[in-house]
Amino acid sequence: MTQFSIAVVGASWGGLAALSELVKGLPRDFPVPMAVVQHRSRHADNLLASLLQDLTPLRVVDVEDKEPIEPGTVYIAPANYHMLVDGGYFSLTTDPLVRFSRPSIDVTFTSAGDAYPGATLGVILTGANDDGSRGLRHIVNRGGKAIVQDPDSAESRTMPAAALQAVPEAQVVPLRDMAAHLVTLTGSKANSARKNAT
Amino acid sequence: MAVQVDEPVPSVLEETGPYDQDLERIEIELLLEGVYRHYGFDFRSYAYASIRRRLWKRIEAEGLATVSALQAVILHQPPMMERLLLDLSINVTAMFRDPTFYQAFRERVVPLLRTYPYIRIWHAGCATGEEVYSMAILLQEEGLYDRSRIYATDINEVVLQKSKEGIFPLDRMQEYTENYIAAGGKRAFSDYYTAKYGGALFNPSLTKNVVFSLHNLVTDRSFAEFNVILCRNVLIYFDKSLQARVHGLFYDSLATFGILVLGSKESLRFSPYEDHYEQINGPEKIFRKVR
Ligand SMILES: C[S@@+](CC[C@H](N)C(=O)[O-])C[C@H]1O[C@@H](n2cnc3c(N)ncnc32)[C@H](O)[C@@H]1O
Repeated sequence: MTQFSIAVVGASWGGLAALSELVKGLPRDFPVPMAVVQHRSRHADNLLASLLQDLTPLRVVDVEDKEPIEPGTVYIAPANYHMLVDGGYFSLTTDPLVRFSRPSIDVTFTSAGDAYPGATLGVILTGANDDGSRGLRHIVNRGGKAIVQDPDSAESRTMPAAALQAVPEAQVVPLRDMAAHLVTLTGSKANSARKNAT
Repeated sequence: MAVQVDEPVPSVLEETGPYDQDLERIEIELLLEGVYRHYGFDFRSYAYASIRRRLWKRIEAEGLATVSALQAVILHQPPMMERLLLDLSINVTAMFRDPTFYQAFRERVVPLLRTYPYIRIWHAGCATGEEVYSMAILLQEEGLYDRSRIYATDINEVVLQKSKEGIFPLDRMQEYTENYIAAGGKRAFSDYYTAKYGGALFNPSLTKNVVFSLHNLVTDRSFAEFNVILCRNVLIYFDKSLQARVHGLFYDSLATFGILVLGSKESLRFSPYEDHYEQINGPEKIFRKVR
């Protein structure tokens, strides 16, 4: 039994390669639903989901409004919508861009921290802007856990570096160890009691 | 002599304690209940995470600390309610938004509509009307406009007024022209508007058969039987129970074999009405009422 209800992953420039490497390393029984926010063109189709689906036995889903959140699944935020974590399912919105982005990593991360306080795992990967750092801070303020890709292992170090500045207590993990690290964290048998609102 | 106070006494508002998810939900539900009972606007079944996000933006903008504090201001100061209404209404739209949808509509729905002597179409949540003008252009080009009547409704009076005017920003015409071409447009897009009043004024012949009207999907009933209902990017702002209710309204308002169109990331998969519709071939969110 894992202490986490959701893992949220944010990536921008260089994200496709990083996400591929991460998803490839996740086992069939990865116990936590994973939500991925990857910046991309507003016209992008579901190519990202099909590329990732080829790499993993987990189900990869292009999120539609009110999609239920279930384990064994990697959820991809659709292009040109914000994706909010709402207790038990995702809600999409066409609210204005946040810091030039839609989907915005901050928006998804913040809603995850609020929907699952103490039970959200936030992961920031490579990227050339600072989206995600506020959301990651919020997750930690709500009792969740922060992981940041080692900027030295990132195609673009700006985003992980900004996340580390906002959340100095985040764990820094090189990309090649990321999947194994998440497996260890989420498979932890030591802490079986699910943490709730404090 | 007065007692020396070292620490400033925290005001009631500043001292809110650690985050309590359940308490926050109580506060938000109370605020929405108050807004409904005092002002008559019913946001009680809107998508929770989205409402919470927009309430907190307002709370922070006003320098407040809790939802309860915002509630007091909103209930006692009507101008603040006005501001909240703007916060809660998202009216972004575009002409020929999702061009592939319009193309699929031309190819797969228009042939069905040709078999009808008279066509009734409802745009529910039409915002500033770009979608309505797009549909009118499509119907004109397909020779169906003259036997069509389009009902365009929204909850928001301000945007509905703009719909009627039919003046859209000139600086978006380039984007709309591209959309129009990708949507299978048959003429020059510029044939449909003239630069006027600092914007692009669309040809009044496009609204000859359009009725604009206020309609609230939460509280108002069905008002006709339709062959096509379009409700794109509106239901995403509702929670699942309200979505189900509105799907009931659409189902009751559609003729047999009528067409329901949703936004490109909306689905019937999570709705109790899924079994009553068949999706028209292809990825677009075009459904046909079959039972
Ligand atoms: C994002 S816009 C969608 C515009 C257009 N259908 C499109 O897809 O481009 C959402 C619209 O839904 C309207 N709306 C929200 N709640 C509503 C309700 N209860 N009844 C009717 N319209 C509503 C808003 O006023 C807004 O204009």
